[in-house]
Amino acid sequence: MSSLVAGLHRQLGLTDEELERILSVLGREPSRAELAMYSLMWSEHCSYKSSKVHLRRLPSEGARVLQGPGENAGVVDLGDGVAAVFKIESHNHPSFVEPFQGAATGVGGIIRDILAMGARPAASLNSLRFGDPAEPLQRRLLEGVVAGIGHYGNCVGVATVGGEVVFDPSYAGNPLVNALTVGFMPAERRLSGRAGRPGDLAVLMGAETGRDGIGGASVLASASFEEGDDAKRPNVQVGDPFQEKLLIEACLELVERGLLRGLQDLGAAGISCAVAEVAARAGMGMEVDLDAVPLREPSMEAWEVLVSESQERMLALVDPARLEDVLEVCRRWGVLASVLGGMTEGGSVRVRFRGELVAEVPAASLADEGPVYSRPLVPPPAPAEAGVPLDAEVAEAVLAMTADPTCASKRWVWEQYDRFVGHGTVAGPGGDAAVLRVPGTDRAVALATDGNGRHAALDPAAGAALAVAEAARNVACTGARPIAVTNCLNFASPERPEVMGAFAAAVDGMADACRALGLPVTGGNVSFYNQSSGRPIHPTPIVGVLGLLEGAATAVPAGFPRPGLDVWLLGETRVELGGSVWQRLATGRLEGRPPALDLAAEARLHRLLEALAVRRLPAGAHDLSEGGLAVALVEATLAAGVGATVDLPPVLAPAAHDGPAAGVPADLPSQQMPLAALASESASRALLAAPPEAAGELEDLAEEAAVPARRLGTTGGDRLVVPGLLDLPLSRLRDAYEGALPRALGELA
Amino acid sequence: MRIGVVTFPGSCDDRDARAAVASMGADPVALWHGDGDLRGVEAVVLPGGFSYGDYLRCGAIARFSPVMRAVAAFARAGGPVLGICNGFQVLCEAGLLPGALLRNAGLRFVCREVEVVVESTSTAWTSACQAGSSLVIPVKHGEGRYVHPDPPALAAAGQVAFCYAPGHNPNGSLADIAGVTNPAGNVVGLMPHPEHAVDPLLGPVGGRGLFESVLATAARV
Repeated sequence: MSSLVAGLHRQLGLTDEELERILSVLGREPSRAELAMYSLMWSEHCSYKSSKVHLRRLPSEGARVLQGPGENAGVVDLGDGVAAVFKIESHNHPSFVEPFQGAATGVGGIIRDILAMGARPAASLNSLRFGDPAEPLQRRLLEGVVAGIGHYGNCVGVATVGGEVVFDPSYAGNPLVNALTVGFMPAERRLSGRAGRPGDLAVLMGAETGRDGIGGASVLASASFEEGDDAKRPNVQVGDPFQEKLLIEACLELVERGLLRGLQDLGAAGISCAVAEVAARAGMGMEVDLDAVPLREPSMEAWEVLVSESQERMLALVDPARLEDVLEVCRRWGVLASVLGGMTEGGSVRVRFRGELVAEVPAASLADEGPVYSRPLVPPPAPAEAGVPLDAEVAEAVLAMTADPTCASKRWVWEQYDRFVGHGTVAGPGGDAAVLRVPGTDRAVALATDGNGRHAALDPAAGAALAVAEAARNVACTGARPIAVTNCLNFASPERPEVMGAFAAAVDGMADACRALGLPVTGGNVSFYNQSSGRPIHPTPIVGVLGLLEGAATAVPAGFPRPGLDVWLLGETRVELGGSVWQRLATGRLEGRPPALDLAAEARLHRLLEALAVRRLPAGAHDLSEGGLAVALVEATLAAGVGATVDLPPVLAPAAHDGPAAGVPADLPSQQMPLAALASESASRALLAAPPEAAGELEDLAEEAAVPARRLGTTGGDRLVVPGLLDLPLSRLRDAYEGALPRALGELA
Repeated sequence: MRIGVVTFPGSCDDRDARAAVASMGADPVALWHGDGDLRGVEAVVLPGGFSYGDYLRCGAIARFSPVMRAVAAFARAGGPVLGICNGFQVLCEAGLLPGALLRNAGLRFVCREVEVVVESTSTAWTSACQAGSSLVIPVKHGEGRYVHPDPPALAAAGQVAFCYAPGHNPNGSLADIAGVTNPAGNVVGLMPHPEHAVDPLLGPVGGRGLFESVLATAARV
């Protein structure tokens, strides 16, 4: 093994202290290949070295949890012998450098995580953040990311059924692309990287290995952006969804025929990571022969082969007696397969290349025993009060919020995604949550992602808790019971104490909310270094919630489905405009407190929504979030083109943060009440549409659940009317709502 | 009735098509692109997806697969064949249907429910539909713009099976053509996806008529 070029470790993103640690693990200087492996495996992206000490505070236990964090994806029991596998992951940095391929390979990567658990990937959701869509750079990013997600998801036959898109200047230099995929499998199938016995063969399946994506996890995902970062484009992987489709089908056939002991995807850090994780999980070692790797470029060096992030590859653990059967399945699907090596006793990963031993390292030192940092942190400042003008003309304000790109229809986005494939999409994009039939059962799951960076910027703990509450509420609006969480924590540099303070607070807020709502966190991802030229993004904890519906046919549709229904508002409306859409539109500022969250009240609301749906009382439902009651009413009326005439609910004073407050705010002039009622973003609220004959039962159940319920009016006609305040034809609202994004992108006058 | 559904490498909607066939009370039979044997099926569906990655040109490679030789012989003998989306593209490439499918006029992939009008009921896949009736069926494609040198002649020959309803043409297809048939009426191709429109739990059921038609044809034989 050759001695090192001085300073090479720094180019690879390792600190001097980390190099010292490698020297002490090995008792000698690392080879170039070993150094490359450690640099990737100990990168922030792969090792969670700055976040690990905090993530332990998230609850991960629950009766339905079959697999919690630490595997390729979480697994939850849905009953009837079926399990759901789901996880969310970021691909932020690659998507900024090369939006189309960056987003496409993000989708490909999360799909392989689901596949690695032995499940058929069924559907994806995406949580996207950009700057102002009217700016040329942002338009290019949005177009590229959406086309990339569509290209990959459509070609592999995995439906894209939901998610959200938010526009805020904080993401202009660092967009967020978080992809969630869910898959289904028999509950007893417990395929994992943990399996494997000495003598088992490691079979590398899928695409040839090339020089693409070298250092993706260390150079791209674990460092901030500065000027001139176009040079990082070769660090972005290039996707081939056709290869992935064949790989999915071949792997599923192998799994279904019981031909595999274990399965692992190749993602960040490529072969290095897959080999180290499989060996470390099994408490074993592995002999690896890099000459067995089909190469796209024969001149590649050992370290490049080890860390290449070429896409569409999987590592299967195979009993030697089954090898021929495995290779035959791969041949049939046109998937390359070669024996990369075998599991061995002892914990050592030994890598050979062209007859030479190029690396010999303890597997656990790569996968589990990397550095763990308790980085210095400064707790976030307590948010201050801030007023928001509420004297604007009501109709103008409602139209302005409706036409705000963050609130407006994302049809432009989701019409580029196949939402139908897989014959399971009960409810697709555009509603509160996606609803998917669970294959082979009458059940369904509901899935939603949420995360309000403006709220988290004001108060990271509250913002994270609100994200959990909102995603769970979206799921609950379909009648589903929220059962599990996956999360993606998008933050700036962990080396900045104020960022680390916000991160720690967000984890605490998320942990509190998950505990109160009975939601274990089954996995997820941390994305640090989301900053560009020193400007950090808003702290953006994204939460994906999975809910379960006992009967797919009882799923409550989003919005007002027909005329003649009562319109109900569940929950209380307070003057809470800190971080709201209206604050941004009216003042251009971000200040004040985010809405207070009473977790017990939120939990009661979810239980009530489920109880109502089981009795089939609501004909439609809709959650209130960004843009408050105004945007919720607009969306609910546009859902099926059914108007409504409603009175506004009373507005209460803001809840004190140490307990609920009540009463009409004394300092709010009465003429400002309407806009307070319409624009406030108080948590724990939902709109319902229910037949008049259901009113008694609905009120009784709400009272029993201690959830305030108020009948606001009725559905019907083709206008949204608040008598004496607002009277807008749906055609005008539709133009504002549907036209906003195409207008911002310059595609509609 | 045994209805075969071909799986090419890159087919995505083969499972959906088999499920749709089963939900209509027929027996779905999986057919493999590498086999020249149609396993005695009474009708064939070429499903949607991206056969062979749609590299080169949509459907251009799939037409050379062994199963397509068998499908062509089956079609010449009068067997009912339905090409959906990518399957339609394959049938055009194979010369079993007239015309070609180009990149959408909007240059983007488009996925939406559209209204499709039944123009001809003289085909194996529309005989149980009502002429002029409107069906709600989803489309999802990037290359679905139908072109033909002489659309009026095609219409006059009764070979236009489906048109997009006014205002529903999602891709700039000439004369709003959504689907066509061969002169004999046994081979039909369309861009909309009837297999995604058979289950009321999942949305409108405008696709059922196509499967009912072929089942009725079989019943008459």
